[in-house]
Amino acid sequence: MDSALLHVVFPELILAIGAMGLLMIGVFSPKGEGSGQIVAWLAIGVLVAALVAVYMGAGSASVFEGAFVSDAMTRFFKILILIAAALTLFMTFDDFGRERLMLFEYPVLMLLSTLGMLMMVSASDLIALYLGLELQSLALYVLAAFKRDDVKSSEAGLKYFVLGALSSGMLLYGASMLYGVTGSTSYAVIAEAAKAPDMATNIGLTVGLVFVLVGLAFKVAAVPFHMWTPDVYQGAPTPVTAFFAGAPKVAAIALILRFTQSAMPAVASQWQQIITFLSIASMVLGAFAAIGQTNIKRLLAYSSIGHVGFALIGLDAVNTEGTAGVLIYFAIYVAMTLGAFACVLSMRRKRGNVEDIAELAGLAKTDLTLASILALLMFSLAGIPPLAGFWAKWYVFLPVVKAGLYPLAVIGVVTSVVGAYYYLRIVKIMFFDEPAEAFAPREGKTFAVMALSAAFVLAFVLPIVGGTIVDAATAAAAILVPPQPL
Amino acid sequence: MSNILSVTTFLPLVGALIIATLNPEAKSNARWIALWTTLVTFAVSLLIWWNFEPTASGFQFLEEYAWLGSLKYKMGVDGISMLFVILTTFLMPLCILASWESIEDRVKEYMIAFLVLETLMLGVFCALDLVLFYLFFEGGLIPMFIIIGVWGGKRRVYASFKFFLYTLLGSVLMLLAMMAMYWHAGTTDIPTLLQTKFPPEMQWWLWIAFFASFAVKLPMWPVHTWLPDAHVEAPTAGSVILAGILLKMGGYGFLRFSLPMFPNASADLAPFIFTLSIVAIIYTSLVALVQEDIKKLIAYSSVAHMGFVTIGIFTASQQGIDGAIFQMLSHGIVSAALFLCVGVIYDRTHTREIAAYGGLVERMPKYATAFMVFTMANVGLPGTSGFIGEFLTLLSAFKANTWVAIFAATGVILSAAYALYLYRRVIFGALEKASLRSLLDLSPREVAILAPLVLLTIFYGFYPAPVLDVTATSVKNLVQTYQSAQQVSAAALTR
Repeated sequence: MDSALLHVVFPELILAIGAMGLLMIGVFSPKGEGSGQIVAWLAIGVLVAALVAVYMGAGSASVFEGAFVSDAMTRFFKILILIAAALTLFMTFDDFGRERLMLFEYPVLMLLSTLGMLMMVSASDLIALYLGLELQSLALYVLAAFKRDDVKSSEAGLKYFVLGALSSGMLLYGASMLYGVTGSTSYAVIAEAAKAPDMATNIGLTVGLVFVLVGLAFKVAAVPFHMWTPDVYQGAPTPVTAFFAGAPKVAAIALILRFTQSAMPAVASQWQQIITFLSIASMVLGAFAAIGQTNIKRLLAYSSIGHVGFALIGLDAVNTEGTAGVLIYFAIYVAMTLGAFACVLSMRRKRGNVEDIAELAGLAKTDLTLASILALLMFSLAGIPPLAGFWAKWYVFLPVVKAGLYPLAVIGVVTSVVGAYYYLRIVKIMFFDEPAEAFAPREGKTFAVMALSAAFVLAFVLPIVGGTIVDAATAAAAILVPPQPL
Repeated sequence: MSNILSVTTFLPLVGALIIATLNPEAKSNARWIALWTTLVTFAVSLLIWWNFEPTASGFQFLEEYAWLGSLKYKMGVDGISMLFVILTTFLMPLCILASWESIEDRVKEYMIAFLVLETLMLGVFCALDLVLFYLFFEGGLIPMFIIIGVWGGKRRVYASFKFFLYTLLGSVLMLLAMMAMYWHAGTTDIPTLLQTKFPPEMQWWLWIAFFASFAVKLPMWPVHTWLPDAHVEAPTAGSVILAGILLKMGGYGFLRFSLPMFPNASADLAPFIFTLSIVAIIYTSLVALVQEDIKKLIAYSSVAHMGFVTIGIFTASQQGIDGAIFQMLSHGIVSAALFLCVGVIYDRTHTREIAAYGGLVERMPKYATAFMVFTMANVGLPGTSGFIGEFLTLLSAFKANTWVAIFAATGVILSAAYALYLYRRVIFGALEKASLRSLLDLSPREVAILAPLVLLTIFYGFYPAPVLDVTATSVKNLVQTYQSAQQVSAAALTR
């Protein structure tokens, strides 16, 4: 085999070999908690090694008959996914350690799922897309049910599995249609075939496109394919929920970006309609349905639905700036979500974790630091400047205005005001209400993650933080969608 | 000297960071650090005034650095914005002093919120980039939301949410307009945008989007309803900042963006603004007459006074704009002082009901005097700062449209009615209520707060030149740009 070829898939190789090696270590070491902790630390090491390998990569390459690509865009997404996975694993120690859940299977499953995500990001072929997606999903189904003595966790796992399998089926069905119409599974060939003049009205192509997008919309939890999200988010163990809300969505959005813009550019006006509907429905439902929630994990689930809607409008603009906007949006979204879930993990009393929003009452008096961090994250999720969440919105709305999609932009900003209401409600409960019983003392690793997230949210406005991300995203987007002169 | 605007803007933030490191029990330290920070900021801002060149046109003390992507961090002031910077830094130490004893709960957080707010307010007036402006403009919502919600009165939660969501809804539309301007002009640099000619139909949409934001902020009738709630529930210093500075951001926005950047739309829509302003002046003055809460009365009178500001701005004449700016500064001093006066008696009796007072002059003669000066300024009595602004505005309105002037002038009469009625009920009459018998007159701290305001009110009433000289060049340029744009469009029509 060509060694240059292995060079391109080096990060994936590290993860695959690491996962298998750690599985062996876990199986052959003495039973119990200790080995789980060691394997988890080693898994973080593997993730960091993969991160370094991704970071060192340069240039664009396409290997395995064009099924697997590596360019600035995949590097951006991979770095994001690996950071999210490593941080989630890092903040799992406190919670799972207490619950005696830190078994070696957990980090191994996480590595495998991360590997699946990296494959998804690089996929440039329908088969590669499906392989990555399934590797990721199967590992996630198990993770959702990881607290196996807990009814809710098992329910979450089962629900996720059934609906996930359904969506995979739809995606496969759509992929087979596309193969039937174009005669290939490769994005490049499909794109070429779709350019033919009669293709715009080809029913097979349209149906295939719709089914593939439906399958992907399930994975990012865009309305109306979001039903599983609140239940799974609530039922799964909180660290796993934090993982769900971050990395898998990044991978799925990467798939959507590459599939629409490199396999289907010729029929952009068709998928644009679908994306418009998905984004408007997600923004509206995310904003209104979250208002009535009392469980903070469910609230964050609806919030994530809304945020996917906002991110998708960047894609709707079909220009370089829009694609860059989606990248920036997800970088910021992942940082905010991780921090928010770290705060949820800190909502803990002697009797165990609590998830009711009302339990946050008066937190500003009992633990000002935690309350301030969570408030910052909430203001940021609401998109209030100068925090990072504002910039996320700025960079997706800017291309939408450029593309002249004014109604979409107006709907977007108005729903963001509605959304601000429920984020403010959490701030209100923490700062304006009378204090409830104090939480148990904060734990180091969880606190480190939330502090990091808050620092990011505040510092994004500085050129060294925000500027770096914006420049990287713009360069990455230019590869997928060449910039058009104004 | 070259970075003096950034230094002024971010000094309070540095103070806030220092306070953040303090022990929560060190209340007195937090107060003193906050006071010194605001005083130093005021001193530095006076340095800006000292070095300001009133005859030079364009922006001064320019700073420009690369920022995110294609955006620039750009600061600078002209004759219009500089006065608001001074007003902000001037009012802040008074706010800190006014909260000295009335805020006992969570002092550290309170002082941090105020200092952060000061940074954001100063940034609004110094920013010379649309995005930077928006950052400061919207960012101010966060500390104000916390100030009203944590240290406010009984219905504070309702008031804080209403304040936040109203303002946010107005502003997000402006954000979209800013994006459209960016794609049209290729930049968010304000001096460049001031030179850019937007097509007339585009101007309409942009104007409406900016109007949505500034009309809520100013506030104009009928989107003023958040203001009375926010004023009533906010702590004294919060009301002072709200009336003194936050409302002025709306007027400043009209002057900085709507009028010079969209002159044709401004001319077309001026009658619309006049109508809303007249309704605001007459309707809210009448509403003020029947209020039973002192703060609410002053809040409604603020809305009425802002009606004069919008009339003045959209006459687009030298006198009108001078009058509007002067009215804003004067209102910044006078309404802030009135809220401070309410705070003085509220600290003693813990009620804002007008009916709970009466005959205060017997126990508090010094207070009665100060309150009288501010009441007269609120009415617009000649010899007080309130007169100059209203007079110039009415004069320009008369030239623009006689009916506007006639209706607006009735507002002056109505303001006399509610202000004097309030004064009579609170200060005069017999001291019958037992709870008022033991009231003490102004303490030295309160004298220190009110004295500078009394002096300024009278000084500017007799000698407005220091303010008008500073603004003259900038306003002249503004009016010239506006008129030349009108001529161009008129020429285009005849062709």
